[in-house]
Amino acid sequence: MPVSILKQREYLIASIQSALTDTEVLELRDALLAEVAKHRARGVIVDVAALDVIDSFVSRSLSTVARTNRLRGAKTVVVGIRPDVAVAMSQFGLRLDAVHTALDLEAGLELLDS
Amino acid sequence: MHIASDADTVVARQKGREAALLIGLSRTEATFVATAISEIARNITIHAGHGEVVIREVTEDGRRGMVVVARDEGPGIRDVAAVLRQEYSSDAGLGIGLWGARRLMDEIEVSSAPGMGTTVTMKKWRGIDEVGLLLHE
Repeated sequence: MPVSILKQREYLIASIQSALTDTEVLELRDALLAEVAKHRARGVIVDVAALDVIDSFVSRSLSTVARTNRLRGAKTVVVGIRPDVAVAMSQFGLRLDAVHTALDLEAGLELLDS
Repeated sequence: MHIASDADTVVARQKGREAALLIGLSRTEATFVATAISEIARNITIHAGHGEVVIREVTEDGRRGMVVVARDEGPGIRDVAAVLRQEYSSDAGLGIGLWGARRLMDEIEVSSAPGMGTTVTMKKWRGIDEVGLLLHE
């Protein structure tokens, strides 16, 4: 899975490195849920700047992570959605239920700290 | 392009983006096309197992654009109109891909019947994309 997951303070930061297959998206979802529990993380940042497509499958998987984390008291912030990807998601009508968003990693950390 | 796995889907949407840019669509339009291809190629692998996606340039009435044809010999769709009509739901499963493709592309035609497989033909015309212009040009 081309994703690195790092722990920084009480947060997890997942950086996606390249396009993901659906199988890899599911691996990322499961890894994030497991790591949040293991590290008792209070927040998760998922950097999606490397994704040139965010479709219904990716959106649903991110929402699943966010809803599950929320039940466990952790916030999920998606950062780095490309401008063209944001326009496509909006046109599609995709919703990221329970997901917080921020422009970039720095803004995502600020959001978690606030 | 033969579509039989989720890795094929990634390749198909990348090729679709490249083709869209070559034909002269904006970067945002190319992302629309890539996202629509991702959805319909996934429908092929999930519901039919395998199939194909063909991408070509099209000129019609002086307009230039691209056409994407996705074909499979899977179980087919009983009520295409109902699938295209439905409201968005994150649990929509089957319908969400076609529904999204319809919103992202300029034209979509779905030919299907139970047991007869499914052929989705969708077009995107080169045009002035105001949001794309704002963002990239």
